[in-house]
Order: sequence, then structure tokens, then C-alpha cells
Amino acid sequence: MKCRRCDKKAAVHMRQHKLALCTEHYLEWIPEQTERFIKKYGMFTRDEKILVAVSGGKDSLSLWDILVRLGYQADGLYLALGIDEGISYSHESQRLTEKFANEHNLKLHVVDIEKMYGSSIPVLAEVSHRGHGRPCAVCGLAKRHEMNRIARDFGYDVLATGHNLDDEAAVLFGNTLKWLDEYILRQGPVLPGSDGLARKVKPLCRFYEREMTAYAIGRNIEYIYEECPFADGSQSIFYKEALNQLETARPGTKLTFYLNFLEAKKGGNLFIEQSLGQSQLHPCLKCGQPTSAPGLCSFCRMIEKAESSPTWPQSQTDR
Amino acid sequence: MIAKLILRDKVYEVRAGMSLLSALQKINVVPESVIAVRDGEMITDDEILRPGDEVKLVAVISGG
Repeated sequence: MKCRRCDKKAAVHMRQHKLALCTEHYLEWIPEQTERFIKKYGMFTRDEKILVAVSGGKDSLSLWDILVRLGYQADGLYLALGIDEGISYSHESQRLTEKFANEHNLKLHVVDIEKMYGSSIPVLAEVSHRGHGRPCAVCGLAKRHEMNRIARDFGYDVLATGHNLDDEAAVLFGNTLKWLDEYILRQGPVLPGSDGLARKVKPLCRFYEREMTAYAIGRNIEYIYEECPFADGSQSIFYKEALNQLETARPGTKLTFYLNFLEAKKGGNLFIEQSLGQSQLHPCLKCGQPTSAPGLCSFCRMIEKAESSPTWPQSQTDR
Repeated sequence: MIAKLILRDKVYEVRAGMSLLSALQKINVVPESVIAVRDGEMITDDEILRPGDEVKLVAVISGG
């Protein structure tokens, strides 16, 4: 198979686009497309300060790489979650993130959850009794809270995450199977900011996970290959595998599923449109970030509950 | 003559001369879930596997 743009042998074939490219042209095509999506969805401009949430994985490191190549002002944020599970997962992902930042001379914020709040994510999940035995719910909550806090405290205009199309399609698939209308309506490439909430954007939301892997390989980006030990058997991976079966049989299924959803949402064609905008946000009494119920936000309630636990670690660092 | 496909810690042996796509189907790996790398270069799944090839299959799915 030949590259569409030259006579060289193709390295990546994207069946959904009927497009094959050699490595050199593929590494040009990805930033070109990213720029197109940034403009199409009005994500940000070159005058704005971007905070990229970086995990050490292929998507977030590639996103950071692409934004810098495109000339955007993009700093990184790494959250040390304290996940070890015998493979030093957090330690290794932090090392790779810092290595990338140093090699490209980029600014990286590092927040250590354990130093900041007194315990790692797995311990916090255990003592707060959230997430039915898995720390993923606590992890997601802590990430959202901390990403927004750093964006707010350091004056970033926008928070960018490395969610790819497979991530988005899996979430949409799961929410659609359960008809979670509020979650479905909230999903999109841009979540607008409001008082206290940073604008969130997903510049990679139209690239397949496979394409982001190819980009990371092509750019020689060293990323953490091992899966988060708690992700094994997770619902999102199950949905991704199911969607990949459909994609193999019918190329373009994932892309159509996601893009048609965005079109339907934009056109107000989803039957649940009326429920949008009914929820009102209140500032949390402790941290000041917006929350749906008056009083403390979910994160601060979780921390208060954890702190009152007899098994809470004694050696806490002041916030 | 055989070619090897390596996915994480598993090594699969297939007959050389078949396409990568046929080889992936034979070992029950969904083509959409991997990127294939041979001699440090990414290859498309119409590539014919040569005797002695060692193709690394990089798993693409992440999440949680």
C-alpha cells in the first residue's frame, strides 16, 4: 500500500478515511487535523494559556507534543496518584512525563495527591468507601478537582485532555446503553467554562486510539505502555473492545457513532434536550469550586469523611 | 518457514507468506486493537510476512 501523498510505502492505514500515509506524512497529517478540530470546535486561540493534563500515557504526551509543534502556549500538569500495585505505575508514569517535559524544555506542574491531602488514591478510596472496591471513581473525582484547581489558581484559560475518539465513543456507548440523558448531553469536544470552572477541551476527540498510538510511535515518544493496574476488566475497556469488533466488521462505525451524536446534539435533535441547563451550581463552602448541591463539593466531603476515619494516615502534610 | 508476532509477553508463530491481516485473524487479534512494527517501522496489514520476520504488535487500548 502506497502513501496518498508520495510514492513511499504506507505506514498507517485509516480505513474509516480510506487514507494511507507514510510515517513522514502521517506525522504532518495529525497536527494539521488537530488544528482543524481546534478551530472547528472553537477550543482556544494562540493568545490563550493552555494547561494540558498529562498522565505519561500515549494520548496526553502526544497531545502536548502536537500543541507545542503547532505553536500553542501549553504547560503540563501531572497528578501523582500514588498507584503502585507492584509495578510502580505512578512512579514510572511521572518519570516519563518529567523526561518528556525536560527534553522539550516545557513547564510541568506536579501535584502529589498524598502530600497534598494525606493519602494516595487507593487508600483514599478505601477509607472513603467510594467506588465499590475500585479506586477509579475516587481517581476521576480527584483528577477533575485538582485539574480545575490548578487551572484556576495559575490563571490558565483552558484545560486540555488527551481523550481520543475511542474514549469518547466508549463513554457515549455506555451512557447510551443506560440512557443517562444528563451525562449524554454534557459530552462534547468543548465543555464551556463558567465561574470557577475552567473550560475543558479534547483536541484529539476525532482520532482513533490506534492513530494516537501510531503518532506516539512515529514521534518516538516514550510513554507508559503498562495499563493502570486498576483498569483491568473495567467497563470502558470492555466497551472499547466491543466497538473495535464493530469497527473491524464495518470501518467507520466508531467515527459515525460519535460524529452523528455531535450533529444531533448541535441540531437539538436529541429527545432529551429540554433537560439541559436546568441544574444550578453553587460554590463549595470549603474549596470554592462549583458544585451541584449547596454545601461541600463531593471531593471535599470525601476528604472530610476520610480524615475522620480511624485508619487515616497520621503524617499529613499541610495543604 | 515461519514469522513471529509478539503481543505483550506472548509470541505467536504463523506461516510466512500470508498477509499481516490474515495472520492477525488467525491468532484472533482484532486488527483495530494493535499497531504492527517490523524492524522499527510501522507496517499496514496488507504487508506480506517474510520468513524470519519478528513483528511487534503494540496494543492500543488504554483506559479505566
